[in-house]
Amino acid sequence: MRIAFQEHLKNLERELHNMAEMVNQAIDLSITALKERDIETARQIRKDDIHINNKRFEIEEQCIHLIATQQPVATQLREIIAVLNIITDLERMGDYAVGIAKIVIKLNGSDPVKPLIDIPRMADIATDMITSSLDAYAARDVERAREITTIDDDVDDLYHQVTRELISIMIEDPRTITRSTYLMWVAHNLERIADRVTNICERIIFLVTGELVENINKD
Amino acid sequence: MNLIQSITSKVPTLPLFATSESRQASGAAEVKTSTGTNTAPGTGKAENKMRMETHDLSVHYGSTMGVRNVSLPIYDKQVLALIGPSGCGKTTYLRALNRMHDLTRGARVTGSVMLDGKNIYDSEINPVIIRRRIGMVFQKPTPFPTMSIYDNVVAGLKLVGIRKRNVLDEVCERALKQAALFDEVKDRLNSPGSSLSGGQQQRLSIARALAVDPEVMLMDEPTSSLDPQSTNRIEDLIHELKKQVTIVIVTHNMQQAARVSDKTAFFYVGDLIEYGPTNSLFTKPKEKRTEEYITGQFG
Repeated sequence: MRIAFQEHLKNLERELHNMAEMVNQAIDLSITALKERDIETARQIRKDDIHINNKRFEIEEQCIHLIATQQPVATQLREIIAVLNIITDLERMGDYAVGIAKIVIKLNGSDPVKPLIDIPRMADIATDMITSSLDAYAARDVERAREITTIDDDVDDLYHQVTRELISIMIEDPRTITRSTYLMWVAHNLERIADRVTNICERIIFLVTGELVENINKD
Repeated sequence: MNLIQSITSKVPTLPLFATSESRQASGAAEVKTSTGTNTAPGTGKAENKMRMETHDLSVHYGSTMGVRNVSLPIYDKQVLALIGPSGCGKTTYLRALNRMHDLTRGARVTGSVMLDGKNIYDSEINPVIIRRRIGMVFQKPTPFPTMSIYDNVVAGLKLVGIRKRNVLDEVCERALKQAALFDEVKDRLNSPGSSLSGGQQQRLSIARALAVDPEVMLMDEPTSSLDPQSTNRIEDLIHELKKQVTIVIVTHNMQQAARVSDKTAFFYVGDLIEYGPTNSLFTKPKEKRTEEYITGQFG
């Protein structure tokens, strides 16, 4: 039965969910700060990133301890390896949220070059993807994991739309170039976050089937 | 009052260290040593208090020294594993923890073994009572062959004069349940202990040790004569038991030490080489010899 080991694995999964929750909050807050031109919140997001980084190291350490002391094999080994990979993705998503926060600081309260509609939508979809992917992880649901990767296409579409729009704004009025470029970075960060979620989905497939796959729906 | 308390309260008070009540009384004023509470590295959790501690403990057999100046803390409700190659002194150290060397001709113990702040080697201390408080389980299961399962479990209580059937019944059931054996034997408590399988016999030995409600359990390679499945059961059992008792285990099987223990001590030719949290010792040992041993380069 290996009761102790199973308890450790359950705890590891709880910690993974906690970390995902922290990342989701950071992304949400960064977009709120962008919309409200709230520099204070943006600074706080930068500071709080340390907690996400520490959580990642904490989980990584737990994984190392389990490998060293519990001799995991088969599914249990894949579970630990999957967690190790997923925390890297989550940590980087936290960095993207910080990236957005830095832009809020750079924009320094200036008027937006366009109404912020599509960018918050991208963020909503991306954070939903994170939550769904962790649900799929908890349920060991490969089908769900595959579905989530298709949502990434919607985020990509929005990204291209936002980019095109910003380029036309810059052509019309070169004085907006700096601010428009900043917004492009924001959209880019969100697009990268959604991309990272597809990595998580790939790890779910690895955990359940043992197959290492890449670009599940990009054939 | 829970079941265990209700039973122990019926056990007649013995001169030293006897019931859980008197233990609690002495526990209130206990161990104010510098390492009394510690924070486990990396966990941020407060460490359990110290249950036992050895200071400069040495064991001599005639002119040879089995264990040299070993100082170790043993934390309450944790598992301490002693590892090292054959002849490294780990079993010798373990046996010193409940004065088993008293019975070995030519053996001499120096230094101290503190249990709740008192040296168990002090002249006024009764070793029989020490062995009740610090139980032991051996490498090979040791059921009394002519006794029934029931009598095996309650043997320790009968030895101190407890005869009341209802008390013995309660203790027998509690100890067998703690040893995860009750369900398998409840319908044949009068069968001989020797009729059980090896793994069951070992759990019976554990139940017998638990019947007298010890605070510490010493386990000397408790699974080395068992098949992998029985070994698994004992390991799960250790995980359950440590919620109630402090455990010190000697094992040849390094992976087992890694799996079951909170702290690990590595012994080599009578010396304590390294001691620390099991997680750290198996991921970043400080001593070269520990690294070489746990990676299988010698031993």
